[in-house]
Amino acid sequence: MSSVLEVEGLATSFPMERGRVAVVDGVDLCLARGETLALVGESGCGKSVTALSILRLVPKPGRIEAGRVRLGGREIQGLPVTEMRRVRGREISMIFQEPQTSLNPVVRVGAQVVEAIRLHERGSREAARARALELFERVRIPDAPERLDAYPHELSGGLKQRVVIAMALAAHPKVLVADEPTTALDVTIQAQILELLRELQRELGMAILLITHDLGVVNELADRVAVMYAGRIVEAGTRAEVLGQPRHPYTQALLRSMPALAKRGERLAEIPGTVPWPGDWPAGCRFSTRCPRVMDVCRAREPEATRLSPTHTARCFAVAQELAT
Amino acid sequence: MQAWVISNLVVGVLFAGGIALGVGVRRNRLWREATGELARRRPVALGVIALFVGVALLDSVAWVGGVEAGEDVVAVLEAQSVIDRAFLGFQEKSYSAPFAGAEFYGGARLAHPGRHPLGTDILGRDVLYLTLKGARVALLIGGLTSLITIPLALLFGVSAGYFGGRIDDVVFFVMSTLASMPGLLLLIALIMAMGRSTLSVCIALAVTGWVGFCRLARGETLKLRELDYVQAARALGVSEPRIILRHILPNLMHLVVVTFVLMFSGLVLSEAILSWLGIGVDGSWGQMIDRARDELSRDPIIWWNLSAAGAALFVLLLAVNFVGDAVRDILDPRTLRENL
Repeated sequence: MSSVLEVEGLATSFPMERGRVAVVDGVDLCLARGETLALVGESGCGKSVTALSILRLVPKPGRIEAGRVRLGGREIQGLPVTEMRRVRGREISMIFQEPQTSLNPVVRVGAQVVEAIRLHERGSREAARARALELFERVRIPDAPERLDAYPHELSGGLKQRVVIAMALAAHPKVLVADEPTTALDVTIQAQILELLRELQRELGMAILLITHDLGVVNELADRVAVMYAGRIVEAGTRAEVLGQPRHPYTQALLRSMPALAKRGERLAEIPGTVPWPGDWPAGCRFSTRCPRVMDVCRAREPEATRLSPTHTARCFAVAQELAT
Repeated sequence: MQAWVISNLVVGVLFAGGIALGVGVRRNRLWREATGELARRRPVALGVIALFVGVALLDSVAWVGGVEAGEDVVAVLEAQSVIDRAFLGFQEKSYSAPFAGAEFYGGARLAHPGRHPLGTDILGRDVLYLTLKGARVALLIGGLTSLITIPLALLFGVSAGYFGGRIDDVVFFVMSTLASMPGLLLLIALIMAMGRSTLSVCIALAVTGWVGFCRLARGETLKLRELDYVQAARALGVSEPRIILRHILPNLMHLVVVTFVLMFSGLVLSEAILSWLGIGVDGSWGQMIDRARDELSRDPIIWWNLSAAGAALFVLLLAVNFVGDAVRDILDPRTLRENL
């Protein structure tokens, strides 16, 4: 399987009270052409920082400490800034959570898409505008010709997110990073946007790195799933493996807390406690403070990833023990 | 080049700039609607401002010749503006009250009885003429100073806010240093150092006045920098200068307009204070008010000089502040969407 995006040992740190703390700590990901990988986790587990690190857009004072990111076989972590700028948009692009704020409020949406096109393509303004129209139609914006001249505040949240997607697609990226693309939208609009992403992926063959905390969205869209907790990937595998036979206690707990799986009339399961703040992570396994199956070894050492199938891994001593016996 | 030629050129440039601005505003729907809303809300204040601007422009268009060599020989050789020409020759010997037929002290008959709606000053000059001449000075001070201040403050404020780090430290240090000096003393020192002229007064006012807006621009840039559309632009591979020009500056424009309008009145007022201290610009209303100090102690009192200059200053600043408030309401991002 040829992968368009390979991430190895990515670590990004932010300064905390007690010195720099790796908020993302040794993350490995890989994404094949036309595939969707969902990166799942609670708030504050490092999903978004992972995405920003891949594009090298970590805001100061954050810093990428280690790791390799290969995009289409090319290492991009060491690229000079100007070269990196050319990679962004053209090879890897990103859409953000809030369509309300993802568009410049004082520029017409068409002009914003035209700008995105002309960044990476030579050609006349008219040609770019024609391309923008084509993109608007591709992301299924009704009345596209009139909508080109609209200002962002004249569009609904769903339409704005479509414009944002159109901008991200302007230069035919191989990888699209979608950071919670549906969180800020109504449920009905969410479904439409997910459907659109699926169609676009089929048409354009691009890979999507989907960042979300919504397991319903994962189930809709993802081919493979990586579950993140406190800066580390704790379980990864195909959708069927992770959602169907979750092995890591954290993944299991996450799934139990989904309303769709709960029985009516019963209290929804919850994971006790909250994700510890970066810097307050316990020694040993980072989930040990909240884990129902915690053992002595969990508090002493950090577990390595255990391979459960060619595609399925989990980072847990209990899982490793089960496998050994 | 002679001063009057430059003055005419400036008027030409202002005209061209005004037309270009008008076309730009008409093209952009947001600005077109904002200006339309402004015209609906404050027609009188806008009219007053237009009147003052008109007078100032008429006073700036000057040419040599066309003056008959009567009693005033100098006028034949010097350039005279439209306003100058309108009042040329209506010269008296001393004070006269508004619409009076005779001099205020002594009662000698005036050369032009009833022709001075605001009276004449100690040298027999028409006060209406002096007041109208003051409009040009006031607008020049407000406009020129803003023209220096706003780009300067934007440059420093935006780069400090956007790039942060060392640049921010330097800008902030300069701002804090300037802010920690008493403004008036700094003003006086600067004007003394540069010599008294319109330009040096404007520069001094700009140096002491840019800090406030710079801080505002910096703060706003800090906020804009973190917004998703700036992040999105970075994720699309837009370069830093382009992000500033396309995504930061246009979103600061409402602040620029509001600041300009509100700063304007403050500047004109500052000049009046400077004139009162004796280091203002020649021909300003502040200077007229300053001269009127002695006249107030005369008996009977000479009131028309002070009243005319004070009223002109008051009316212009009131109109500007009215417009400023309306502009702020209309362009406030929080109310922008409801209004447009």
